[in-house]
Amino acid sequence: MRVLDETKRAKTGAARYRPGVLKYAQMGYWNPEYTPAATDVLALFRITPQEGVEPEEAAAAVAGESSTATWTVVWTDRLTACDRYRAKAYRVDPVPGAPGQYFAYIAYDLDLFEPGSIANLSASVIGNVFGFKPLKALRLEDMRFPAAYVKTFAGPPTGIVVERERLDKFGRPLLGATVKPKLGLSGKNYGRVVYEALKGGLDFTKDDENINSQPFMHWRDRFLYCMEAVNRAQAATGEVKGTYLNVTAGTLEDMYERAEFAKELGSVIVMIDLVIGYTAIQSMSRWARRNDMILHLHRAGHSTYTRQKNHGVSFRVISKWMRLAGVDHIHAGTVVGKLEGDPNSVQGFYNVLREGRNALDLPRGIFFEQDWAGLHGVMPVASGGIHAGQMHQLLHYLGEDVVLQFGGGTIGHPMGIAAGAVANRVALEAMVLARNEGRDIWNEGPGILAAAARDCAPLKAALDVWGEVTFNYASTDTPDFVPTPAVA
Amino acid sequence: MRVTQGTFSFLPDLTDRQIASQIEYCLGNGWAVSVEYTDDPHPRNTYWEMFGTPMFDIHDAAGVMTEVNACRKTFPNHYIKVNAFDSTRGRESLRLSFIVGRPAIEPGFGLLRQEGPGRSVRYTTRAYATERPEGERY
Amino acid sequence: MNAQIDESPDLEAAYRDSHVGEVLDSLERELVGLAPVKSRIRDIAALLLIDKLRRAVGLSSGPPALHMSFTGNPGTGKTTVAMRMAEILHRLGYVRKGHLVAVTRDDLVGQYIGHTAPKTREVLKRAMGGVLFIDEAYYLYRPENERDYGQEAIEILLQVMENQRDDLVVILAGYKDRMETFFRSNPGMSSRIAHHIDFPDYTAAELVAIARLMLQQMQYRLSAPADEALQEYIEKRRAQPHFANARSIRNALDRARLRQASRLFERRGGTICRQELETIEEPDIRASRVFSANA
Repeated sequence: MRVLDETKRAKTGAARYRPGVLKYAQMGYWNPEYTPAATDVLALFRITPQEGVEPEEAAAAVAGESSTATWTVVWTDRLTACDRYRAKAYRVDPVPGAPGQYFAYIAYDLDLFEPGSIANLSASVIGNVFGFKPLKALRLEDMRFPAAYVKTFAGPPTGIVVERERLDKFGRPLLGATVKPKLGLSGKNYGRVVYEALKGGLDFTKDDENINSQPFMHWRDRFLYCMEAVNRAQAATGEVKGTYLNVTAGTLEDMYERAEFAKELGSVIVMIDLVIGYTAIQSMSRWARRNDMILHLHRAGHSTYTRQKNHGVSFRVISKWMRLAGVDHIHAGTVVGKLEGDPNSVQGFYNVLREGRNALDLPRGIFFEQDWAGLHGVMPVASGGIHAGQMHQLLHYLGEDVVLQFGGGTIGHPMGIAAGAVANRVALEAMVLARNEGRDIWNEGPGILAAAARDCAPLKAALDVWGEVTFNYASTDTPDFVPTPAVA
Repeated sequence: MRVTQGTFSFLPDLTDRQIASQIEYCLGNGWAVSVEYTDDPHPRNTYWEMFGTPMFDIHDAAGVMTEVNACRKTFPNHYIKVNAFDSTRGRESLRLSFIVGRPAIEPGFGLLRQEGPGRSVRYTTRAYATERPEGERY
Repeated sequence: MNAQIDESPDLEAAYRDSHVGEVLDSLERELVGLAPVKSRIRDIAALLLIDKLRRAVGLSSGPPALHMSFTGNPGTGKTTVAMRMAEILHRLGYVRKGHLVAVTRDDLVGQYIGHTAPKTREVLKRAMGGVLFIDEAYYLYRPENERDYGQEAIEILLQVMENQRDDLVVILAGYKDRMETFFRSNPGMSSRIAHHIDFPDYTAAELVAIARLMLQQMQYRLSAPADEALQEYIEKRRAQPHFANARSIRNALDRARLRQASRLFERRGGTICRQELETIEEPDIRASRVFSANA
């Protein structure tokens, strides 16, 4: 931290409100003496100031423009309790290993936010600052919500525990598959894929994010055929089965209509895409609770703003917003699959979604302690390029409360879809059995799978076809931290 | 047909050794283990009969296995499962649940379809076994 | 498992790895006297350790017999030693968990038909993986009362002691003569007990040592006259009926503490120093009835 100089000290009294342009720090948005209150909402931004802009000033600018400031002094400030409404940047740390980048901590008074509204929260914190010229780049890394704020949200309508109780499935990850090909199947053919996969042994199948209602398949036909498939599979196995019926549509009214039909047909779960927007998500969450429906969220579009480390919004923050908004499932990364996901970052996301209380965990990118005040946990979904041969790695990285989705890994199986499902289910159960017995699944995993494959031809075939497939690229979104004595 | 409820139903039936190993894992985690049985395998049948209360203070799997074996001996033709209950805050639910006994012959389920308005159908899953009264099903 | 003929098992390593030495040492330290008991326990530990080594090279003499009986008067350390035994068995790998469940007849036997078996089984369930210690075990056998359900408990125990030796070790305890009668009337039980250990009464000197140890643990000290008085007290008290060895010493010390407290309390108003708080004086001991009664 640099020595404080005149340009960084807040002006007070008449000097503060003389017309003209002041630096943001002078307007009071930089306050290193400030201790965040237990009821403050906190945000951590990764700022990359333009050349010549001091990091404290940049942090103050972000604080200002995401709360009460504008580019010049205004006298009307004095009609308000402006000291209170002003957000305070209270701490700036350089990012380890990234010269020119800083972590800026900003505190917001609770009164700045409408209770129970993610739309308002996001409009407040990210609505205005990201295009700000004095910043080359800006990323919202993490947020801390006081219990007072958390309690204004209903949160996940079902939650991990109740979902398991409804499905009567405990002690292992759940299994799913997205119906493939992504587009083009007719309703009847689509239902066939669902039936085969569920009968074979998966718990869920999934509509893809862009399956809504297209010329090749109208949504009503999809729902009708899918529920026939689900019920047939339930009778064939004696297990509770489900398929995520995607109710995303152009208007919320249409969405309600689709969700009602899904309920009428007896589905246990419906699905929405992130692109419907935060307000629609909250509306659907309320509907889901009222109608005892599990709500699955596909994070469509998030990578446009979550993937690059220097600019955008971290998926960590999106996860927290979605937990507040109230979804039961959210795609959160696989680590070993085809999509972006560094192990530590992904475990950080999973913890944010699942735990009742998050501890400070810089190696996993968790910058704040967060108490979820009794809000249910969200079941993370791991989907994208994973197959049975990775079961030991998946169980190791992701734990038990997760939905593992093997779309290609089920439907592309050489012996057929049902065989693909069997292979995945046997691989999973064998791995869980071995883990519980105390075996070292990280190292013995391939051996455990091979042993299980001896009694299971579909698994053997799956390992033969995909055993060697991995997706190893350098991750673009790894956590930045230096272990400090306080943390280590 | 093989009802595939429970965590390990896709694997070959567990040996006593494997069952004890799983129970040891549960006890090690501080979970209370219980044994339940039923002759109504419908997936929405939440309340199986309890064979004794959940065992909260057992140190070793052998103690639980006596109950498991006693249940299997008493009900050789019922579905029997072992449950592990975790009472920590935020969970207060089962952590593991697997079948350790099943009837020799499992006739399975039929699907009843009641045609509704439009193309919709109302489905009921019905276990063939439950056509007979309780106790006489298997 | 058959090892090479030339393999020489490392006794020292096995002894070290089991950490049995620590338990034996703590037994030595924490329990006064009991020389024959300690020596017997060391023998048993040695036997089990050697047995383990023998099995490691492929020599087998069948599953070791581990059930025991501890006889002796009350307060001679039977329960304490049973707990240590459980730890020793655990460290040598003969018992999986090493916890001790201590019960008497009432925990095992019911009051009406059908009550006993579940009661006994509940206890056995809790004890599995560890050691079941049955105090005053002879009360299980009441042949004079035909409606007594103790026999049922005995049957169940016999079965478990025979068939589930890997899962449970049973230690029966009680007065020597009554245990002998019990075993004579229950040969099945007697035949399953591998080790009979007798706990002799403490000598006067040992009781004094125990008293001093107890006081030290409670952070009291005796003045020199009090120490002499205590020795006299113990000599007299031992000879009297209903003497429960260490337990009686404990009770006596508690009464002495009470008298010390009353004595100091009477003097309130003046200052009390740390030394006075710490010290048991002669009158605190001499006030006992033991000194006034005629033996």
